[in-house]
Amino acid sequence: MIGLLAHTPDDLAAGNFSHSVSWSAIAPALILMLGGILLLVIVSVFRGKLSSGFFTAWTVIVAGGAIAAAIPLWHDVQEDGARSEMAGSVGLDGFSLFVTGVICISVIFAALFLDGYLRREKLEGPEWYVLLLLSAAGGVTMASANDLLVLFVGLEILSIAVYILAAMHSRRVTSQEAGLKYFVLGAFSSAFLLYGIAFVYGGTGTTNLVSINIFLADNVITQNGLLLAGLALLLVGFGFKIAAVPFHLWTPDVYQGAPTPVVTYMAGGVKVAAFAGMIRVFVVTFGPTYVNEWRPMVYALAVLSLVVGALMAIVQTNVKRMLAFSSISHAGFILLGVLASSDQGTAAALFYLLVYTFMVAGSFGVATLIGRTGDGRQNLGDYRGLGRSRPGLALTFTVFLLAQAGVPLTGGFMAKLYVIGAIVESGMTVLALIAMLSAVISAFLYLRIVVSMYFEASTDSADSEEPAELSGPPVRIPKLAGLALGLALVAVLALGIVPGPATRVAGDATAELVPEVEVPQ
Amino acid sequence: MGTSSILASVASAADTSGYAAIIPALILIPFVGAGVIALIPRRRVELFRGVALMISTATAAVAVFAMVQFDRHDAGYQFVVRRDWISDLGISWHFGIDGISLFLVVLTGIIFPIAILATKAEHDPKPYYAWLMVLMAGSMGVFTALDLVVFFVFFEIVLVPMYFLIGFWGHGQRIYAATKFFLYTMFGSAFMLVALVSLAVLQQKAVGGPLTFDIVDITNNLAVSTNAQRLVFVGFAIAFAVKVPLFPLHTWLPDAHTNAPTAGSVILAAVMLKLGTYGFIRLGVQMLPEPSVWAAPVLMTLGVIGIIYGAIVATMQTDLKRLVAYSSVAHLGFVVLGIFSLTVQGIEGGVLIMVNHGIITGSLFLLVGMIYERRHTREISELSGLQKVAPIMAGVFTLVMLASVGLPGLSGFPGEFLALLGAFAGARWWGVVATTGVILAALYLLWAYQRVFHGPTTGKNTLMRDMTPSEFLVMLPLLALIVLLGIFPKPMLDRIEPSVEAIIHHVEVSVDGFTSAEPETDPVATDHGDSEEHAEEVDR
Repeated sequence: MIGLLAHTPDDLAAGNFSHSVSWSAIAPALILMLGGILLLVIVSVFRGKLSSGFFTAWTVIVAGGAIAAAIPLWHDVQEDGARSEMAGSVGLDGFSLFVTGVICISVIFAALFLDGYLRREKLEGPEWYVLLLLSAAGGVTMASANDLLVLFVGLEILSIAVYILAAMHSRRVTSQEAGLKYFVLGAFSSAFLLYGIAFVYGGTGTTNLVSINIFLADNVITQNGLLLAGLALLLVGFGFKIAAVPFHLWTPDVYQGAPTPVVTYMAGGVKVAAFAGMIRVFVVTFGPTYVNEWRPMVYALAVLSLVVGALMAIVQTNVKRMLAFSSISHAGFILLGVLASSDQGTAAALFYLLVYTFMVAGSFGVATLIGRTGDGRQNLGDYRGLGRSRPGLALTFTVFLLAQAGVPLTGGFMAKLYVIGAIVESGMTVLALIAMLSAVISAFLYLRIVVSMYFEASTDSADSEEPAELSGPPVRIPKLAGLALGLALVAVLALGIVPGPATRVAGDATAELVPEVEVPQ
Repeated sequence: MGTSSILASVASAADTSGYAAIIPALILIPFVGAGVIALIPRRRVELFRGVALMISTATAAVAVFAMVQFDRHDAGYQFVVRRDWISDLGISWHFGIDGISLFLVVLTGIIFPIAILATKAEHDPKPYYAWLMVLMAGSMGVFTALDLVVFFVFFEIVLVPMYFLIGFWGHGQRIYAATKFFLYTMFGSAFMLVALVSLAVLQQKAVGGPLTFDIVDITNNLAVSTNAQRLVFVGFAIAFAVKVPLFPLHTWLPDAHTNAPTAGSVILAAVMLKLGTYGFIRLGVQMLPEPSVWAAPVLMTLGVIGIIYGAIVATMQTDLKRLVAYSSVAHLGFVVLGIFSLTVQGIEGGVLIMVNHGIITGSLFLLVGMIYERRHTREISELSGLQKVAPIMAGVFTLVMLASVGLPGLSGFPGEFLALLGAFAGARWWGVVATTGVILAALYLLWAYQRVFHGPTTGKNTLMRDMTPSEFLVMLPLLALIVLLGIFPKPMLDRIEPSVEAIIHHVEVSVDGFTSAEPETDPVATDHGDSEEHAEEVDR
């Protein structure tokens, strides 16, 4: 099958060639996948003898190992340039490795939050972690795909695991509902994507991104209706995964219903992978030749996501729904980086995704803790008085919220600054203004949560210090969740105060399409 | 672009590098201080106020030291520091103080300790004083920043502490007021961020070379097309107009002021409103001269509307604190009028009002706070005859009120006079209309004073305590400044003038066919000796 995918007409004409399988090039994805499978094996061997802490540690170590495996590859790529591996189906470049790192970070956060969550909900088991690792393997595959079909396979591995994860809270009907909804709509969007791939194949004669890129550079297609339809369908497919308006309708329901630690991964890692795939296809492959065709469509998606996400967010009363809509608005911001269709735009989008992963992990992490047993206390009123009863947690959440609003000295501001810079550089100043104004609307939503945590419980006069208690059982912060929140907090602040190192790495993480070097026999 | 004196003075800035620690100290002392306060255990309630006072006084001492060390013959930036921040975007921690920012820095330094000394946190002292320190650091940052992004960072960061001060320690509709304040300012900032990024990108495209957000660099080498400059200016102007606030973007101000705790109101009026007018000078007139000339009539009109409208609405208020809040709208209108008269006198007057309004209105808010503390009401109709029971307070109030009205001999007068003088020279009819605002100011303040302090002492008013000696002592520095700066503004003017002249010169060189108007007799010129004039010319 790989032969069918990878060979350009030139290859076929040349006849003599072979492909060396470079396992090291796909080491991060392999580690994640084998880590997941191995965990399953270990569990079946030592049945019942393993504590759930082991699963968490295993997941964190595997994800950390994937990051560690990516680092030497990163240095290779920076020194020797990007390359294609595995018969031209895997692109090894700074971009894919950066995204790999971000996805693994998201996995680590999800695992740390899952630990306490599963104990609290009495749902301990290895399946969560196995699915998480497999899903991440799919995400990494997707980010480094140099072939539309590999991309699709990655997307399916990524998604199917997450469909199950969304429905894993067996006692909550909303969780089942979320899983089903996510599955039906997700499968629907996969169909769109696959249909789009077929059309693009029809239009260009290949599914290999490198070959498409070369083909379009060399040939002008006079009848490009098929290709354009393919592009539009691909956009629909990606639009679902990144939750861009008008393909966002599943998001609030699924985020609300799914187990909250899973949402940290869904809103983080899954979105990162989907954006990576989108950038690979639209910016890198079709960017040089078809940017004027896809830009208006993405422009519309961006504007709608920004505005609708912000406006819908402020009328919600459920915090998880609020955060869901705000993540839609963030998707709009990241789309700006895509729209710029330049190296700067890609770097800005990557930096935004990095910051966003920390912000979203932190925010949903707090929501995990506030949800308390049953994961159901997610209304605005459930946050009332948190500033008094849990000042540290409230302050941490405030930082995440202000970061999402784009207040300076947090990573959120820097991310917005970079994206705005890239979009202005591309001459779309009006869009930049729309984005910033939508951020003002979103700010209202974040302030509502802050108001609920601090102001509504405080009293006007000095002496009547009635401690406004949280309703329901007390909020407990498991050690690992506390650690994760601390890490996210440090990261969000550090990315805002000293963004230099991260932005330089994001700037080096350029996506490139390089044909595979053939080894003649 | 002519080589204006600003360029020359940047080179000469190296001479004062011995004091390079001044500006970092101004920002970092309160910022680190906030961290220190956050580390003190919550139950040590008695410590917080004292520690905050120490930190803010130390910062004030540095600010005063900067004033003493300030070379008044140098029109450019002094105590300049520059460190790379985000090198790939050309953003650097670039700070400096010139004659325009000098007194705003000193004002910030003085107001904070006084506000802390004069008021107490009603509850939760720890976060209260920590936020105040963050606010102080942020304000210092805005007044000294010489990089667009750094300016924006500080301009935005002050929002957060103020939001919490109003929302958590405020009264009445505090949540509404705090949210409105935050969103209004953020609305303006959205325009500013896009404007400043566009400016840097366009500048890079025009002159080539690396991207830079450096204010001095952009000011001296501005090469962006006129139309783009104007759009960028509009972006900045919206942000500053919200902050000033200019009509019709002023509606957050009365709510924020009325519901804020006393210290919050004092700082809001004294320091935070100046961020906008300061921005108009630094990023408006100085950095974008052509659009400033272009937009001057509109902005002056809005300033004049603010003067008249603020005064009329203030007259109608039944709440004493709201009345003072609206008087700020009027006063800041004079500042904008002065700045956009684009004359030396006008801008000097604007800067003078900025500082003196801080002192005067800050004092007024402190006084209103004292009345509220005693009577638990700010309704003018419920207060009467306070003069009989509180003669000292009445006396202090009279002095401050007369200064606010602009009585010659008190500090409100010189700035307002110069601003109007500049307006008469630069834009006569605006000046004429604005002058009626002076009369209206006398109307609303005197009337309010009459209703509150005169008349029969009725009901609970008979029980009101007078000012305590300690309260009087806290107010004393402000009162002394009101008298001193009213009689003898020369030391201030001497330091402001070179920078303002440099700006006007820069505008004249940059804008074809623009010559700044000068009044027929220049009262400021007679204020200082010939030697300084020569020093100025050599500098050019």
